[in-house]
Amino acid sequence: MTLTQIVFWTFSALAVLGAAMCITRRSPVASALWLVQTLFALAALFVVLDAQFVAVLQVLVYAGAIMVLFLFVIMLLNLGRPGPSDLKGPVGLAVATLLGGLLFFQLLRGATPSAAGTPAGDTMAQLQQEQGIVGAVARPLFSQYLIPFEITSVLLLAAIVGAVVLAKRKL
Amino acid sequence: MILDLSSSRDLLLALLPELVLTGWSLVLLLVVAWRHRTVGDLRLTGWVTLAALGSTAAAVWWLWWHTARAAPGPVPVMVAVDDFRFVTDWLFLGAAALTVLLSFDYLEREELLVPEYHVLIVFATLGMMLMGGGEDLMVIFLGLELLSVAVYVLAGINRESASGAEAAFKYFLLGAFASGFLLYGIALVYGATGTTGLRAIGAQIGAGGGGGGGTMLAIGLALLLIGFGFKIAAVPFHTWAPDVYDGSPTPVTAYMASGVKAAAFAALFRVLGEAFPAVAAWHQIVWWLAVATMVVGNLIALAQRTVKRMLAYSSVAHAGYLLVAVAAGPEPGSAAFLFYLVAYTLMTLGAFALLAAKGRHGERDVLIDDLAGLATRHPWLAFALAVCMLSLLGFPGTAGFIGKWYILAAATSAGQGVLATVLVLTSVISAGYYLPVIMAMYMKPEPFAEAHVGMRLGRLGYAVVMVSVAGLLFFGVRPNRLLDLAHTGGVGVQPAPGVPPAAPAVTAAHARTAR
Repeated sequence: MTLTQIVFWTFSALAVLGAAMCITRRSPVASALWLVQTLFALAALFVVLDAQFVAVLQVLVYAGAIMVLFLFVIMLLNLGRPGPSDLKGPVGLAVATLLGGLLFFQLLRGATPSAAGTPAGDTMAQLQQEQGIVGAVARPLFSQYLIPFEITSVLLLAAIVGAVVLAKRKL
Repeated sequence: MILDLSSSRDLLLALLPELVLTGWSLVLLLVVAWRHRTVGDLRLTGWVTLAALGSTAAAVWWLWWHTARAAPGPVPVMVAVDDFRFVTDWLFLGAAALTVLLSFDYLEREELLVPEYHVLIVFATLGMMLMGGGEDLMVIFLGLELLSVAVYVLAGINRESASGAEAAFKYFLLGAFASGFLLYGIALVYGATGTTGLRAIGAQIGAGGGGGGGTMLAIGLALLLIGFGFKIAAVPFHTWAPDVYDGSPTPVTAYMASGVKAAAFAALFRVLGEAFPAVAAWHQIVWWLAVATMVVGNLIALAQRTVKRMLAYSSVAHAGYLLVAVAAGPEPGSAAFLFYLVAYTLMTLGAFALLAAKGRHGERDVLIDDLAGLATRHPWLAFALAVCMLSLLGFPGTAGFIGKWYILAAATSAGQGVLATVLVLTSVISAGYYLPVIMAMYMKPEPFAEAHVGMRLGRLGYAVVMVSVAGLLFFGVRPNRLLDLAHTGGVGVQPAPGVPPAAPAVTAAHARTAR
């Protein structure tokens, strides 16, 4: 087993463990903190995949900003105390496990790379050689995906307007 | 006019309608920030919105008139430049304009002095246009989110109303859930093909055949269908629709039942037609969805007693009819699909406009029996409602009939005889809840003298009803122009050349009946 494989399996296990704990804890705060572990483990997996920039973004945006937001909401709504479990008894658990397992094994079977599945020849390492770590993300974002990128700004504006309309004390 | 999308000038031209509408939305926000207190301000923003929608429609017309097309090249296309986009854009803009016209009186009557309402309508329309024109799964997803975020807020815009809050919250939770499915599906399709462009996905699948990516692709496609199924309210993903339609303000319900559904259908049609023509599995899935939606929607609608819930279930049933056109495939189905979408939008908007007229705070629990004797008191309103009901039923002489006829023709020519049979049978069932409305209005006496005193429709509301009814009757008798438009529009989403057309005899039959 190479070092890469050891790192991969360690962080995969941590990510799955964090996800499982996140959905089974009764206290929302504990759930949120387990989610942080999953997000950090995913960031480590991104590094293994040679996607350092995405890993940094993962830590900054998800483990940083979005988790703080979650905790703020939990605090403001005073949800800190453990509530009733969301798990719906043994039948629901069995159905969910069955469906999830089915999806997992189907994906595992399909995850072997195929001729149709590989994008035209350029690997991560090549891209980074040519454009740098940030450039590999930035260039498509501002050329190929420029239009979706701009649409995002309109989407955020709509969300802000909507939030103000619903939350403003007096209209 | 051939637009070379790698030059920024041509790219801006191709996006002209979206840019115009975005610009207007910013203007509108400024107007709202400046004037947002009185009824007059509300009217002002309403008229500005109409101007915005009108000028956007003109921009679409300009592109259509010059038959703008994207030049084939290495640049990945994000937004399609074809007639399908232009036709659906007009449909969305028309639905939005009729909704705005309908809202003038409604907002004043319900004392909803929220000029942001119009801003949100503009944002939602922009999202629809991106969905109808999106040539890339990213654009379609962002358009869907833009549309959804605006409509979640519109559903709950009446903060005094508990049912409005319930509707908004339900719609938000289930909508977010559905978006999750859609996004997961997009991720898996990307994983299997290495691209998010619709035509590129189609090319990859065509080149690679089955192989290891097959399973991942199939799961991705299934998740995509679930996500779209939620948005178009197809059975078994329809459970949110009646409550949300019931609890939202009536003009918003009209907008959701017509425009939002049309946008989701347009995106679904384009995705299936352009990206997955080579995957046979979706025909089977859509077949079952269509049958389940038609049967369940119509049967539950029979049991409803309030008009608004009945219309909500009827809109579920109509999603089933449209799914028949989707199941028939892009080659025979696209023209019938576009035609029915227009007819459906008109009749739904007309019916909800008339429902909105029925008295303050009252339209939520208007029973079908409450319409008794309407024909003697308000003969024109009763006539208009009767036309809408007959068109929803698919009665000859209305656009609904022609639309159903073309869907039937498309389904039979695609070899989907069972679907066509189910469509006819469920339409017969639907008479069981459309006709009682007409019977109540024309054959039953007014229960008491002042039964319909509160019912009034403002001048603009009348305009909406007149446009819908005139459209339904006109296209019911002379559908040729609209059919030609639908035919040219349908060409845009058909699979790229190289894939042989399914049945050339069909188009000839269409052309003959259209003349």
